[in-house]
Amino acid sequence: MSIILDKINYIYGQGTAYEIQALKNINLKIEDGEFLGIIGHTGSGKSTLIQHLNGLTKATSGAIYYNGADIYDEGYPLKELRTKVGLVFQYPEHQLFETTIFEDVCFGPKNQGLTKKEVQLRAFAALRSVGLPEEVYYHSPFDLSGGQKRRVAIAGVLAMQPDVLILDEPTAGLDPKGRDDILDQVAKLHRERGMTVILVSHSMEDVAKYVGRIIVMNQGSIVLDDVPGNVFAHYQELEAIGLAAPQVTYLMHELREAGLPVDVSATTVTEAKNEILEKLGR
Amino acid sequence: MLRDITIGQYYPADSVIHRLDPRVKLFATLIFIISLFIFRSVWGLFIATVFMFGFIRLSKVPFGYMVKGLKAVVILMLITAMFNLFLTNGKELVSFWIFTITYEGLRNAVMMAIRLIYLILGTSVMTLTTTPNQLTDGLEKSLRPLNKIRVPVHEIAMMMSIALRFIPILVEETDKIMRAQMARGADFEAGGIIKRAKSMIPLLVPLFVSAFRRANDLAMAMEARCYRGGTGRTKMKPLTYVPIDYKAYGIVLGYFAAMIAVRIVL
Amino acid sequence: MGIIKTNRLVHEYIHRDEEGNVESIQSALEGVNLEIEKGQFVAILGHNGSGKSTLAKHMNAILQPSEGTVWVQGMDTSEEKNLWDVRQSAGMVFQNPDNQIIASVVEEDVAFGPENMGVPTDEIWRRVEESLKSVGMLKFRNHSPNKLSGGQKQRVAIAGVVAMQPDCIVFDEPTAMLDPNGRKEVLRTAHLLNREKGVTVILITHYMEEVVEADKVFVMDSGKIVMEGTPRQIFSQVETLKKYRLDVPQITLLAYELRKAGLQIPQGILTRRELVDALSKIRA
Repeated sequence: MSIILDKINYIYGQGTAYEIQALKNINLKIEDGEFLGIIGHTGSGKSTLIQHLNGLTKATSGAIYYNGADIYDEGYPLKELRTKVGLVFQYPEHQLFETTIFEDVCFGPKNQGLTKKEVQLRAFAALRSVGLPEEVYYHSPFDLSGGQKRRVAIAGVLAMQPDVLILDEPTAGLDPKGRDDILDQVAKLHRERGMTVILVSHSMEDVAKYVGRIIVMNQGSIVLDDVPGNVFAHYQELEAIGLAAPQVTYLMHELREAGLPVDVSATTVTEAKNEILEKLGR
Repeated sequence: MLRDITIGQYYPADSVIHRLDPRVKLFATLIFIISLFIFRSVWGLFIATVFMFGFIRLSKVPFGYMVKGLKAVVILMLITAMFNLFLTNGKELVSFWIFTITYEGLRNAVMMAIRLIYLILGTSVMTLTTTPNQLTDGLEKSLRPLNKIRVPVHEIAMMMSIALRFIPILVEETDKIMRAQMARGADFEAGGIIKRAKSMIPLLVPLFVSAFRRANDLAMAMEARCYRGGTGRTKMKPLTYVPIDYKAYGIVLGYFAAMIAVRIVL
Repeated sequence: MGIIKTNRLVHEYIHRDEEGNVESIQSALEGVNLEIEKGQFVAILGHNGSGKSTLAKHMNAILQPSEGTVWVQGMDTSEEKNLWDVRQSAGMVFQNPDNQIIASVVEEDVAFGPENMGVPTDEIWRRVEESLKSVGMLKFRNHSPNKLSGGQKQRVAIAGVVAMQPDCIVFDEPTAMLDPNGRKEVLRTAHLLNREKGVTVILITHYMEEVVEADKVFVMDSGKIVMEGTPRQIFSQVETLKKYRLDVPQITLLAYELRKAGLQIPQGILTRRELVDALSKIRA
């Protein structure tokens, strides 16, 4: 069970004056059950990349294998692939359209052609898993707060019971508590159900805190692919392409320069705290 | 497909046509369209052709770029030509099965096709050389007399220019919502007409909600920047005629007179 | 009196049904008293729904108080005759960069405010040029806004406000929809206007990193101002901020955690430099 991208190229607007190569020779293997972070500045190709994973955008050249099958084969059930690889777009609350929250979450499973009962069971389960209080299930989605709307939208994808969940900037515009709530819920899905999660984010601090592997994109190519500690050790290269490491990474480097022999690979507050306390002999 | 439509797209270049006052260009386009429907003889066609290609040449917009705009109306043109070709009575030229082609039919079909092509080309000279804002400014000022009969000219012009600014944004948004719903298993292509119409709901509702939100935000932003309608408003780029504009008016009127003369005399 | 002052400001959103009967009343502001001094860089923090945006919209007379008073440059915003002077005096930059740009060409958009105010044509050109220069967007003057990045669009929006020559600018979550680079661009521009043009800046945000350099911070929760002080004073109260659905910058949090673990670190550390110094001192 894995997703493999083999020499993927994607050229946008081919044959027009606006031709842009959005993806350049992408080779990538995503294992089952991974928690993967994708970072890169706006226009680096990360949104284009994730739309390839569920077949919404078709590569100009190259192949994608989902669980061993080539998704570009004739007759490959792309519609089914989209239910297996659930993609939550940026500002997903903008896609809500039904009169009640519950109805909206039913949309995905209904498109899967399930029985009415199964559809409802899945919708309930999905809404529960994003932690939405039951008394609002039959309210209009437009009455909710921004953070809650976003959870409904995520539930709308979860209700299809995907094996892979891709989230594009799920915390954009949310306040700190809303941000933590959503990411904690996602981490829980990963932990408890073994779901493969791919998180696209601008926040290095969020990525460092949650994911096990980071892919850094720049100008349509993958430039780094490693565990967070190793990726952020390249903070100078990251800065050169308009990104940065988490604040604590910088701090650790500065402490080392100031003469405190700390290990600089810490990327979260907890890691940094333990490392500093240890080196200070506490 | 959408990419092929050149009408309404501005082509930046530095030409005498680009610099003309938009009111002149609006007037010229109107006159040109009228003139297309008054000529009957080859002479009229000749004058119109010289007039139009003269302007195209002066505009410095590549001819090939303009012709692309015709692609979008090829079907309309063919249908019109067909109707003229087969449904005009007169001297028979060829006849097969239930169809009869007459001399008059052939002539009408060709004339109609030329008129349509010229209409598109002539209009695109204006739209390609005039920014949407200049265009709405030109309309606003040309139609100002209608204010007297309580037509809200300024408001209409403002609405048009805002619409022009938001069309690309909404097109992009439509694409995004469509993809988001497809990621939830929506299918916008399967099924008959009713099923397809129904499948548009998940696209249209979010699109309307978003358009209203944008309208609301925009109204607030405009108010915050002291917008209070057209009265007392000054302009960064007020429209004023310069000598070349008067010359252009002269040429356009001369052309129109020639077209009328040809129609009466020949 | 400060440049902006509110006295027991209350705002209620009244929802009506189709017949116009009151269905529900939702109070967004419950007696806000605040005063902002001329030339300051002030930040207003609060979670989504805390009332901070509602408060911002009173400073520009987009919303009118249900109760209480708002003064901008000493003018009561509820008086009809003050409306346009208030809006000229307190400019506003909104969250969504796309939804506040009116024209299809950058320079024409910047001219929109002055045009509305009836500024003569020559003067408009001068102001447009100067404002675009002050936000570093002059070379984009003939571009279409649709082709710009989010941060650039926001800078155009800021130029549009600057061209109205306001005394203060209210930034209503200007960075919420931007990427980190765009966020930096906008923030740098706001600080620059504050420092070099003496424009009073009121920044509404929920990004903690953005308020570190402010002169003063107000924290809002359920329509009230619940904390008020310098960034250092505010960020030394980590637990209280968490209670209001906020957090502190990562470095402040780390310093707080280390302090909790028994290290002698002063409260309210804001920068890496301060933390490195504090830790070096402990080691020595």
